[in-house]
Amino acid sequence: MNASLSRRTFLTRSAVAGGGLLIGLSLPTSVRRVFAQEGAAAAPKILPNAFVRIGADDTVTVFLKHSEMGQGIATSLPMAVAEELECDWSRVRCEHAPAHQDYAHTVFGIQMTGGSTSTWESFDQLRLAGAAAREMLISAAATQWGVPASACRAENGFVIQGERRARFGELAAAAAALPVPSSPKLKEPQEWKLLGRSTHRLDSPEKITGKAEFGIDVQRPGLLTALVARSPWFGGTVRSFRSEKAKAVPGVVDVVQIPSGVAVLAEHFWAARKGREALEIDWDAGSLAGHSTAAQLEDFRKKARTDGAVAASKGDAAAALSRAAQQVEAEYSVPYLAHAMMEPLNCTVELRPGACEIWTGTQFQTGDQAAAAQIAGLKPEQVQVHTTFLGGGFGRRANPRSDFVAEAVHLAKASGKPVKVVWTREDDIRGGYYRPSWVSRLRAGLDATGKPVAWAHTLVGQSIMMGTPFAAMIKNGVDETSVEGAANSPYLAGIADHRVDLHSPESPIPVLWWRSVGHSHTAFVVESFVDELAHAAKKDPVAFRRELLPADSRHRRVLDTAAEAFGWGKPLPAGHGAGIAVHESFGSVVAQAAEVSVEQGSIRVHRVVCAIDCGPVVNPDGVEAQMQSGIVYGLSAALYGEITFKDGQVEQSNFHDYPVLRLHEMPRIEVHIARSKDKMGGAGEPGTPPIAPAVANALFAATGQRLRSLPLRLA
Amino acid sequence: MKLQVNGKEHDVSVPDDMPLLWVLRDVLGLTGTKFGCGMAQCGACTVHLDGKPLRSCVLPVARAAGHKITTIEGLDAAGGHPVQKAWAELDVVQCGYCQSGQIMAAAALIEQVPKPTDGDIDAALSGNICRCGTYQRIRAAVHLAAEIAGGRA
Repeated sequence: MNASLSRRTFLTRSAVAGGGLLIGLSLPTSVRRVFAQEGAAAAPKILPNAFVRIGADDTVTVFLKHSEMGQGIATSLPMAVAEELECDWSRVRCEHAPAHQDYAHTVFGIQMTGGSTSTWESFDQLRLAGAAAREMLISAAATQWGVPASACRAENGFVIQGERRARFGELAAAAAALPVPSSPKLKEPQEWKLLGRSTHRLDSPEKITGKAEFGIDVQRPGLLTALVARSPWFGGTVRSFRSEKAKAVPGVVDVVQIPSGVAVLAEHFWAARKGREALEIDWDAGSLAGHSTAAQLEDFRKKARTDGAVAASKGDAAAALSRAAQQVEAEYSVPYLAHAMMEPLNCTVELRPGACEIWTGTQFQTGDQAAAAQIAGLKPEQVQVHTTFLGGGFGRRANPRSDFVAEAVHLAKASGKPVKVVWTREDDIRGGYYRPSWVSRLRAGLDATGKPVAWAHTLVGQSIMMGTPFAAMIKNGVDETSVEGAANSPYLAGIADHRVDLHSPESPIPVLWWRSVGHSHTAFVVESFVDELAHAAKKDPVAFRRELLPADSRHRRVLDTAAEAFGWGKPLPAGHGAGIAVHESFGSVVAQAAEVSVEQGSIRVHRVVCAIDCGPVVNPDGVEAQMQSGIVYGLSAALYGEITFKDGQVEQSNFHDYPVLRLHEMPRIEVHIARSKDKMGGAGEPGTPPIAPAVANALFAATGQRLRSLPLRLA
Repeated sequence: MKLQVNGKEHDVSVPDDMPLLWVLRDVLGLTGTKFGCGMAQCGACTVHLDGKPLRSCVLPVARAAGHKITTIEGLDAAGGHPVQKAWAELDVVQCGYCQSGQIMAAAALIEQVPKPTDGDIDAALSGNICRCGTYQRIRAAVHLAAEIAGGRA
């Protein structure tokens, strides 16, 4: 396997202070800048464009261009470097890289973390960086020993030739003076020693001792904590406010109005919170006054009975429906959802003449950097972004509107002081950027043998892309993130006449990607409806799906794995029911079988058997952790998650009325990972979509109740 | 006001009603204890008061004075406590934000109940939310921690 290097992955190298070797992959223009910065007095600690640094003390530091938010890339990506570098894994460290175009996502073109892409997207890039460094270290040793490079090999942090060996750290300075190989040789998968084996997380030691630094933990000299009073109505504005009482609270330093509301700056969080409570603000509610969830649902239902923008179409679905032997029709709905990461949003900003420094847990460095530059009147390169650990992201920290960063920059600018804006849990739950609410209307026609011959699906919900810099990606009125998993459902391929169309009503309620994005609702709808069709056809849900899915497809294989491991068809305890769902998202296919019962009127999920095919696996234990994680996240939404509106205001506020799954409700989860040779896919999100339909289908089996809206509520 | 935190005495000048959490984080700089909800719903702020687990986000600091306060930083800075060892062995953490609270709650449990059952673990830790969904590993790690602690004793 010898990957050719594109212009983007041009390898560069430079020596670092202390005799180390730094390997980067960058555009040629940035090479000059790197060298220029090295000579400057105030060179930053981390040079831009670096992916790996080998210190004289043998420490190998891998710079993470993506954000570690729990998904384990601060382990899986260093594994890719270490495999090729042949270093000592116990000497590997990982740090977040600064915001810089050299760290742009190779597919999306900006520095960001999302779409379950991190591992596959930088897998080759990082292996190449490791391989280049290995070849340079070998060359350095060969020169020193007066032997051909081919006589030397690298192993566990040493270059070895016969009885001779030299530590990487000893060779790093000499290696740094050598040219970078243009096409370093990569190992064949069968030669891998680290990749594909379960490996302990590199970030455990700091996360189990309280030392890991999250954005909310950032301390700076003279830093003030700010809480912002935002409009109780999305789109609402401040008419007037009085700050005397707030300013009288001990510890409150200042009260400042910014575009998003009125901020109280204080010596610590508690004073800022008490100060905010003492603010007197007269709000103009704006257009959302009077809005209610029930009215919106009625409106969406009406729209679902009209034709929308066409997302997928083949043949004549209407005609095929009318001549089908049996017609099945159903309407589904899902609510708005908050991400509710454990670490509430926060952002720390220091403005100095000609410079802006930001510390935050973000998934969206490039956008945040640009937004901050615009507000501060600077160029993007004058804005330094320090990415801390993220206390959960789930999409909320990847906002094209940079809301939580922009607000902090506005505040630092208005107050002239270094500021850390902290959101309370109430601010988070009521702060918008929700998974949109959706209504789906589905109709299918079955022939006399129960085979689907017509399919019509109309979706109604807000577009995430609309009104953002990504709006250009909306084609013919279809935001792909609205219909993913529905318009490209694998079941459609075998249905000659089908149509999927979309309405994208606008609303002041801000929406955003929420772990698995469109799949978070389309999997529920499609996999529940397919279950309905199976029952209408009087067929077993697994057998019915097998007939519709192409033979030898990844879908069929993971479905079979999950069904077999679950013991599908075997008797269950009285009152228990089994349900299954299979769904592809982010390049991976996941099937989940769930066993449920009803205990004192409450839904109890006993166990979930999960099978995933994500292609080649880097860290199997990491993939298993992400399946467990995705299932719990999806289960919280399936059983409890719901943001509703009354008189234009969000009704929920904290974990007491926006409940999430807790330990005592945790099902036993069993994960099976296919070691397929298919293209590498993602793992962070694909575990989430199938769980809601698997549980809903199991509830139908257990109770006969077909629940078509989330959260699941028994009659 | 005098506070005894992780074996050290601190003299702090703060309002009596300020929750212990914010004194730890914003005054003493002990940021390992986390803010998650501010109303004792999530457990991210769990510390020990005289060895018992407690939600520091709702405890007025005046009520902590005169008691022994232990935070994650005081459990074992090197990660050598049986609970921390078990957490590392089973790769429990994901984002890690809730884990200080989970670990403090688990440490208090195995101190009081050396061989906890699943029911004991449910009762002791269902007040600690984890949005990354590490619950299955938390349960396994508490059992492992109890074994490690038992072996040590």
